[in-house]
Amino acid sequence: MKRKSFVAENPSILWFLAALALFTIFVTAMSEAAGIGVVSTSFIKTLGKTLCLCLIAVAMDIVWGYCGILSLGHFAFFGLGGYAIGMWLMYARTEIIVTESLSAAAIPPTPEEIHDAVATQIFGVVGTNEFPLIWAFADSLFMQLAFVILVPGLLALVFGWLAFRSRVTGVYLSILTQAMTLALSLYLFQNDSGLRGNNGLSGLQNIPYLGDVPQSMISIAFFWASALALALGYVLCAYVVSGKMGSVIRGIRDNESRVRFLGYHVESYKLFVFTLTAVIAAIAGALYYPQAGIINPAEIAPIASIYLAVWVAIGGRGRLYGAVIGAAFVSLLSSWFTGGGAPSIPLGFYTIQWTDWWLVLLGLSFVAVTLLAPQGIGGLFDLIGKKSKSEGAK
Amino acid sequence: MMNTLLELSGVSVSFDGFKAINNLSFQIGEPELRAIIGPNGAGKTTFMDIITGKTRPDEGRVIWGEKSVSLLKLSESQIARAGIGRKFQKPTVFEAQTVRENLAMALKNERSPFSVLFYRKTKEGAEKIEALAEEIGLTDELTRVAGELSHGQKQWLEIGMLLAQDPRLLLVDEPAAGMTPAEREHTTDLLRRAAETRAVVVVEHDMEFVRRLDCRVTVLHEGSVLAEGSLEHVTANQDVIDVYLGR
Ligand SMILES: Nc1ncnc2c1ncn2[C@@H]1O[C@H](COP(=O)(O)OP(=O)(O)OP(=O)(O)O)[C@@H](O)[C@H]1O
Ligand SMILES: [Mg+2]
Repeated sequence: MKRKSFVAENPSILWFLAALALFTIFVTAMSEAAGIGVVSTSFIKTLGKTLCLCLIAVAMDIVWGYCGILSLGHFAFFGLGGYAIGMWLMYARTEIIVTESLSAAAIPPTPEEIHDAVATQIFGVVGTNEFPLIWAFADSLFMQLAFVILVPGLLALVFGWLAFRSRVTGVYLSILTQAMTLALSLYLFQNDSGLRGNNGLSGLQNIPYLGDVPQSMISIAFFWASALALALGYVLCAYVVSGKMGSVIRGIRDNESRVRFLGYHVESYKLFVFTLTAVIAAIAGALYYPQAGIINPAEIAPIASIYLAVWVAIGGRGRLYGAVIGAAFVSLLSSWFTGGGAPSIPLGFYTIQWTDWWLVLLGLSFVAVTLLAPQGIGGLFDLIGKKSKSEGAK
Repeated sequence: MMNTLLELSGVSVSFDGFKAINNLSFQIGEPELRAIIGPNGAGKTTFMDIITGKTRPDEGRVIWGEKSVSLLKLSESQIARAGIGRKFQKPTVFEAQTVRENLAMALKNERSPFSVLFYRKTKEGAEKIEALAEEIGLTDELTRVAGELSHGQKQWLEIGMLLAQDPRLLLVDEPAAGMTPAEREHTTDLLRRAAETRAVVVVEHDMEFVRRLDCRVTVLHEGSVLAEGSLEHVTANQDVIDVYLGR
């Protein structure tokens, strides 16, 4: 018996890919790059970033929704991915600027002089003019791309190994992952962290060697790259949760000791899922921050990872499209509310300013979803699907 | 004479000072069918917990197989892979998954994450699942979610999962609970058939069920073996009568 291809077994994958492709093409056609400009370049960036958030939400759904590990630390991996690529972006661009300005001098600068000038440029704000050790490969795009995967991947591997091996589960594991993010962001806040303390890395939207290419084009390129990453990530995750692997992972979520007594080494599975999703989160981060333009330690703050869990819960965990819907819906709504898009509501005695009240609304929706619709928004799709199925059977 | 497959000697375990298992020694050969009876709290489930690695004893030895491996050094999953399968007292199946998925997960195959990730369904696997489903009477329920099954069906599904693992030793904790008399009879047949080639340990309260198993019986009481032998033999034992009547 030939196994049906997993796409054929999971038609929702095709639906998702088709919707994503249509969306990407539609937005591109409406962009400034295409000459129409209905969708502004800054909004393209917002959409591109949203796609990255959808990707990390899919990863979160695997680790939490399918495997039952409520990680409140996946934004740390996202941030590390951003930092890894940000180092190259900042280094390479500063080098170009410095080389240009020094080339005006009578004596051509030596490579050391350029290197020192770049260091002064980048680290002047934190009172040093030397490169920290971790910038040793910042001039190599290839190496920094490798770090996007290796650094968060290794961190997840070591952290996960220690945590899962000692059978830390449930709330305790969540707290441990929060502690990890907190420690990382506190470390990054220090000026001598080697990553410019609370200044973070900036100017990331300016892609080196592409200085002549307008942002409208660059934004489209990143938008497409984000869409492609989301598509690939989605298919990969759908593959992981399909078939026997998905069965074992869901088994671990529902009754991990039973899975153990069937002979599966549960810790290896958790470690696999945790590390894989950390790497996906890191790739999402590496695509996100060049569109955001800036990354600083506040991005890694524990609250970010909690939001991630909220998105997935609202979208409906345990179904990948639910995670995508949740992340897209809530993060876009959030930027609308906090960006002053939503009109204030005057109550006479008090005016509701959404910039202040949005989090309250989000919190209330989270409670409402948890209590009233534990399947989230994605659960509604299931209802529709079931209804049409039962009608089809009549 | 059959070979000893599993041997426990001098095993003790206490929970907060209470000795649940007290200097217990036990042997089973391959193939063999063995029933374990004993009043509530005698330590029957704890005995299985020790063999499967769920509970670590304070003292004693648990020796497995021809190579005399100490099970105390193995993790739960290693013990399961060594060939020991278990059915829990409270039926534990994966309620959110279908009967087929439950059986497929238990099916004897490579257990490492990467071989599972790239696992492809095979014809043999599908046939084995069909055959098992037939044996446990769940052929029509293969695509149903296990959570929807009746209590007795869940018991059977778990027995099916146990058989799917193809273990050398089956530990079966109160398989007949919640079953109708006809279902019980079917279950005894299943267990007896399984014991033709394997070692099977069945914990059961129901004397009629044990009688039908028609095998050697071990009576546990306060964590040690009170008597062992044929059902007639142990039920004639004065200590056993006292324990059961004194309940
Ligand atoms: N994890 C534990 N912590 C504390 N006490 C325990 C634990 N497990 C078992 N016990 C105690 O050990 C004793 C033996 O329990 P066990 O479950 O093995 O009995 P049993 O023979 O299976 O009884 P039953 O027929 O009711 O299933 C009981 O008194 C029980 O309360
Ligand atoms: Mg018991």
